[in-house]
Amino acid sequence: MSLILDKVSYVYSEGTAYERWALKNINLKLEDGEFIGIIGHTGSGKSTLIQHFNGLIKATSGGIYFNGRDIYEEDYDKRELRTQVGLVFQYPEHQLFETTIFDDVCFGPINQGLSKNEAGLRAFEALRSVGMPEKLYYQSPFDLSGGQKRRVAIAGVLAMKPKMLILDEPTAGLDPKGRDEILDLIAAMHKERNMTVVLVSHSMEDVAKYVERMIVMNDGEIMYDGTPGEVFLHYKELEAVGLAAPQVTYLMHELKEQGLPVNSAATTVEEAMESILKAFR
Amino acid sequence: MFREITLGQYYLADSPIHRLDPRVKLLGTFVYILSLFLFRDVVGFAVVTVFLVCVIRSSKVPFSYMVKGLKAILVLMVVTALFNLFLTPGDRVLFSYGILKITLEGVKNAGFMLVRLIYLIVGTSVMTLTTTPNQLTDGLEKALMPLSKVKVPVHSIAMIMSIALRFIPILIEETDIIMKAQTARGADFENGNLVKRTKAMVPLLVPLFVSAFRRADDLAMAMEARCYMGGAGRTKMKPLRYRKEDFKGYLVLAAYFGGIVLWRVFGG
Repeated sequence: MSLILDKVSYVYSEGTAYERWALKNINLKLEDGEFIGIIGHTGSGKSTLIQHFNGLIKATSGGIYFNGRDIYEEDYDKRELRTQVGLVFQYPEHQLFETTIFDDVCFGPINQGLSKNEAGLRAFEALRSVGMPEKLYYQSPFDLSGGQKRRVAIAGVLAMKPKMLILDEPTAGLDPKGRDEILDLIAAMHKERNMTVVLVSHSMEDVAKYVERMIVMNDGEIMYDGTPGEVFLHYKELEAVGLAAPQVTYLMHELKEQGLPVNSAATTVEEAMESILKAFR
Repeated sequence: MFREITLGQYYLADSPIHRLDPRVKLLGTFVYILSLFLFRDVVGFAVVTVFLVCVIRSSKVPFSYMVKGLKAILVLMVVTALFNLFLTPGDRVLFSYGILKITLEGVKNAGFMLVRLIYLIVGTSVMTLTTTPNQLTDGLEKALMPLSKVKVPVHSIAMIMSIALRFIPILIEETDIIMKAQTARGADFENGNLVKRTKAMVPLLVPLFVSAFRRADDLAMAMEARCYMGGAGRTKMKPLRYRKEDFKGYLVLAAYFGGIVLWRVFGG
């Protein structure tokens, strides 16, 4: 199970005055079971990039290979690809449309061609895994709170049982509690189902806490690709392109400059704490 | 798929046409449309063509932008041409087969109708390509202001128009996103018979309506929060004022329209 992007480029409004290169020569390999974070400021091409992963956008040039098969082949089953690579858009709750939560979650599985019973089973499973209380299943999705709507929308994609889950800014517009719940949920999915998860985010803290591999996008190109610790060592370069490292990174660099022998590659509060305690011992 | 819609898209450039007061352009478009239905012969056609070419040239908008709008009315153009071609009665029959008959008058009519339609689309797109929607509604509001004396809510109409125009690109983008999101969940908008495809629109239209209402609600709230009370006593940051060029524009228009009318009445 792997997804390979080979020299992928994408141009918006080609041949007009508004022509813009959203992606420039992207080479990328996503392995099975990875937890990947993609960061970059607005307009850096991250949303365009992830829409290539399940074939929603066709690359202007370059190739994409899922499990060794070219997804741009004539007879490639795009629908099958979309059930394998689940994509949760930004503000996914804006796509709810059914009369009940349960029916909405069934939409994906039914499109997959499953029977009503099977689809219902999938929906139950998905709703339970996102922690929706059962008494709400037959209510209108429009009556829920923002955080709950988002869980339902995520369940709608999970019900298709994708092997790879991509989430575009899943925490945008949520309060801190809702944010932590969603992120913990995603981390649990990754662990329990060994799902490949791609998390697109603005927040360095979120990304640093959860992901194993980080891809930094800038101006349609991959700027860094590595573990959070490796990437945040370049915190000065990140700042230059309008991003920032987690606050912990700054603290650790500052401490190191002052002569305390701490590990400046620590990216989470817990790691930092350990490292500081060790330095004092 | 929705990115291709160009109708009403502004083309940024600095040209004499762009700088004209929107009221001049509004009246100009009106006069131009009238003139299209006034000419009857080749001389009139030549005058209109020269006028159109001059305006397009000085607008600095690439010609290809104006032709794009023609695609949308291709069917209408073909049907109109065919009807005129076959159904115009006349004496000089060029070709006949059974009940089908083509007369010289029919060919002439079809040709002129086709030219009129093409010129109509190209000419009006000059206005929308060189005027921002805001300028346009400003111009309309000011031009129609006298009507408010007879209790026509001119300001409200202009405000409704500018908000509606403002939201077109937003709703197009939203449609694009919802479509993609539902496609990611396995929805199929392109295949199947009519019933199936109509049903497939539900997952698109429901969220779109919900979001349109939500946006309308938010906007109304935001406007009220800034004490919007309608048109009474409201001033503009950039009020429309005629400049010398605008009067020149009116003169050119008067000369053009006068010429067309005179030729129609006395010429030929």
